[in-house]
Amino acid sequence: MTLVDTRTPNPKNFVAGATGDWEVIIGMEVHAQVTSESKLFSGSSTEFGQPPNSNVSFVDAAMPGMLPVINSECVRQAVRTGIGLKAKINKRSIFDRKNYFYPDLPQGYQISQYLDPIVGEGTVLLDMGEDGTVQIGVERLHLEQDAGKSIHDQHPNMSFVDLNRSGVALMEIVSKPDLRSSGEARAYLSKLRTILRYLGTCDGNMEQGSMRADINVSVRRPGGEFGTRCEIKNVNSVRFAGQAIEYEARRQIDILEDGGSIDQETRLFDPKSGETRSMRSKEEAHDYRYFPDPDLLPLEFDDAFIAKMAEGLPELPDEKHARFVRDYGITPYDASVLVSDRESADFYEAVARGRDGKLSANWVINELFGRLSKDGTAIGDSPVSASQLGSIVDLIGKGDISGKIAKDLFEIVWTEGGDPAQIVESRGMKQVTDTGAIEKVVDDILAANPDKVAQAKEKPTMIGWFVGQVMKASQGKANPQAVNEILKRKLGI
Amino acid sequence: MTDLTKLSLAATRDGLSNRDFSALEVTEAYLGAIEKANPKLNAFIEVTAQQAREMAEQSDHRLNSRDARPLEGVPLGIKDLFATKHVHTQAASHVLDDFKPEYESHVTQNLWNDGAVMLGKLNMDEFAMGSSNETSHYGPVVNPWRAAGSNQDLVPGGSSGGSAAAVSAWLCAGATATDTGGSIRQPAAFTGTVGIKPTYGRCSRWGIVAFASSLDQAGPIARTVEDAAIMLTSMAGFDPMDSTSAEIAVPDFAAAVERGVKGLTIGVPREYRMDGMPEEIETLWQQGLEWLKAEGATVKDISLPHTKYALPAYYIVAPAEASSNLARYDGVKYGLRVSGKDITDMYELTRAKGFGREVKRRVMIGTYVLSAGYYDAYYVRAQKVRTLIKRDFERAFADGVDAILTPATPSAAFGIADQDMNADPVKMYLNDVFTVTVNMAGLPGIAVPAGKDHRGLPLGLQLIGKPFDEETLFAAGRVIERSAGGEFSPEKWW
Repeated sequence: MTLVDTRTPNPKNFVAGATGDWEVIIGMEVHAQVTSESKLFSGSSTEFGQPPNSNVSFVDAAMPGMLPVINSECVRQAVRTGIGLKAKINKRSIFDRKNYFYPDLPQGYQISQYLDPIVGEGTVLLDMGEDGTVQIGVERLHLEQDAGKSIHDQHPNMSFVDLNRSGVALMEIVSKPDLRSSGEARAYLSKLRTILRYLGTCDGNMEQGSMRADINVSVRRPGGEFGTRCEIKNVNSVRFAGQAIEYEARRQIDILEDGGSIDQETRLFDPKSGETRSMRSKEEAHDYRYFPDPDLLPLEFDDAFIAKMAEGLPELPDEKHARFVRDYGITPYDASVLVSDRESADFYEAVARGRDGKLSANWVINELFGRLSKDGTAIGDSPVSASQLGSIVDLIGKGDISGKIAKDLFEIVWTEGGDPAQIVESRGMKQVTDTGAIEKVVDDILAANPDKVAQAKEKPTMIGWFVGQVMKASQGKANPQAVNEILKRKLGI
Repeated sequence: MTDLTKLSLAATRDGLSNRDFSALEVTEAYLGAIEKANPKLNAFIEVTAQQAREMAEQSDHRLNSRDARPLEGVPLGIKDLFATKHVHTQAASHVLDDFKPEYESHVTQNLWNDGAVMLGKLNMDEFAMGSSNETSHYGPVVNPWRAAGSNQDLVPGGSSGGSAAAVSAWLCAGATATDTGGSIRQPAAFTGTVGIKPTYGRCSRWGIVAFASSLDQAGPIARTVEDAAIMLTSMAGFDPMDSTSAEIAVPDFAAAVERGVKGLTIGVPREYRMDGMPEEIETLWQQGLEWLKAEGATVKDISLPHTKYALPAYYIVAPAEASSNLARYDGVKYGLRVSGKDITDMYELTRAKGFGREVKRRVMIGTYVLSAGYYDAYYVRAQKVRTLIKRDFERAFADGVDAILTPATPSAAFGIADQDMNADPVKMYLNDVFTVTVNMAGLPGIAVPAGKDHRGLPLGLQLIGKPFDEETLFAAGRVIERSAGGEFSPEKWW
């Protein structure tokens, strides 16, 4: 592909060197396992965590005379993903063979797509906070088979091979070299994962290997010519991606500043040391001898098929974000937090619908998410349901409880469950708005503290002390607004 | 009692149906013939006598209860390229030592579903690479034919040499074969048998050890045109497990055999008149045209201008695909393994020992033409040539040609260990000069015995048809067979 620089150098992204500033150029190839019941070209199950070699058909084991047959669900998933990436869908694509020898590659070739991928150019938008929205180009997306796994620790001088993953469908999503910092790279990976999860086309579980990234890193003088890149293979977490890029950029800068040059090579990131190390040089790179797989016909479909795939798609994060800001009046930041995964967004929307959007967002983000993360609980397992939280928001809105009481109420619902309105009722948590009752308490306190009353008349901010006393006396149930008004009136301030 | 092995497949089927003899009797007759002949001819590399008898008994049961299927009790030989469940399946290669699959190829399963009996697995060129059946790990097959007054062992052609020899020598009623560049038609021509390579996609490739996937196609070798038609009817059919299989109905091919050629236009491509082609081949070709004309066909000169590029292009495309298809034979999963000091060493030792010279040659050619920097010059250009060849044929058919008549081979069978051929692989490759175009274009082609050379060896003519019009080939092939009228049976010397 021709490299085109679509970005304007941003000094915030520059990395300082001994001889001046440097700019980091990053491109990514993300391998995302397609969510499907069976493999790309065989009927074997894709279930994770099965005993070795239990999800293996004759095709997966490359038995003589076995032939691949495309799994149409994987094609649908790739098209859905393409639409989700606002990409061009290619109605005709070709499967090619990528030839190389490895024990966990039983056919001696990987079926992939080379010159004619199923999905062409698309875009991913990154919300970079105060730096605004950054648009990252997607070069292409293609379907390919995963390899099996070699296991080297089971026998003193033999290796074992597990073919459970052999033939599982992957989408390789190739970005353009548009990323300019480890932060952007992390944001890109996270955003891509969010999109894939929304679409339901990849579960995005990086720790299970269902999403991993090959990261191309080079450095240059800001705005200058692209430098020689190194490819960091198989990075399997967003955090590691950031670390690997930081390390690699620094390594390359050091070499260049020492008057050296970068060798194009493939490197591995070691999470323990936080370093990258050389795996193979350009000279050792394989000649994959790509050619169209003669066992498979070109993959073809029509516009109606694409339209049908588009129809079934859910609302995607960018659209949801815009709608949340527009319809619920929440800040773009809150919206970003809420749409980062579909379950959170759905939860929020269930709370916010017909209620105060901002108040709902506060409660979902600050109270619920805070509590969930403290407990290490996933939103799907939240002990407080959206309707319970909605009911708490209602009680606040009606003035039945104060924010402080609401927090206590939330804790009760979290640990004990139950209908918040009923709890408020039965436990007498309802805010006292009866001004007569409040006035009585106020009168008592004013009578008991004549010296403070005198001070308060001199210094009106002293009212805070009285509010505290009244709230204490009413066990927090007095409506703070009413208390304020009564106090002001009685103190004549 | 008549020698049951001398009956045609059709006559065997009819005799069984009439209960003139039992399936077990026919099977025993063939097993006996194999036992006697095979030490000399080396056509079978595995005889499944026990299984054959069991299948025959089941057929007899069905025949007795009037529940017979189309090929009930008919004993067949199966080329070693077809996967046969729990039975020797090695593509005649050392690298697949002891491989017995857990599955049955689609084509052979079709035959068993129609009641046929398996006699065993037939010798062939290793991985179907060869034109003389001399590249087999199991040694060469000997042609049942000998030149008049000669004791010289001749090749049966290849790669389906075992299939052709076994059919010709009455060791089976018919045989499965495969054809990537001429591997059915050339051995059929060398042994006086009938062989048809159907249209690409007519027979499923599922369970057939792959040589060159875009060219490989299964077909029968039989003693008559009718027999070939009967067999193909059973072998063919759509298979969702082969993405290149054609979802198109299979006609009763046997019903087309006596249809005649009246009103058909037969094309004669001028480019098939090769320099240095023996006079007797040219004469035979003219004779074939006369026969067809005599039965009401019109003969028309046509041009297939890209013919001369077919063989070179074939020897790029086929090895390219083969180099990739054969990568799986690496010693890791099945077959031969020669241990080494590391995995690369194991690969190298296993493949060095497991593959024969010709296979290695083609794997190396294929690897070369797909390599970075050579791919466009070789593979891409060869594919363009392939498109042009296909277009040549399309134009001829669009101009009203129904079938094309050509010689099947440039010569009759040659001697085993022929010095010229062994010294120069290209000379061996030239055996396929008339047949590769058909594979490149994906068309059906049939070879029918039509005459003999000056030494009394059989010579064949080839008819090339439109896609999925095998019926016309059977009809025209039958006219040639009937007109030739000769006895295309070898003198028994074994």
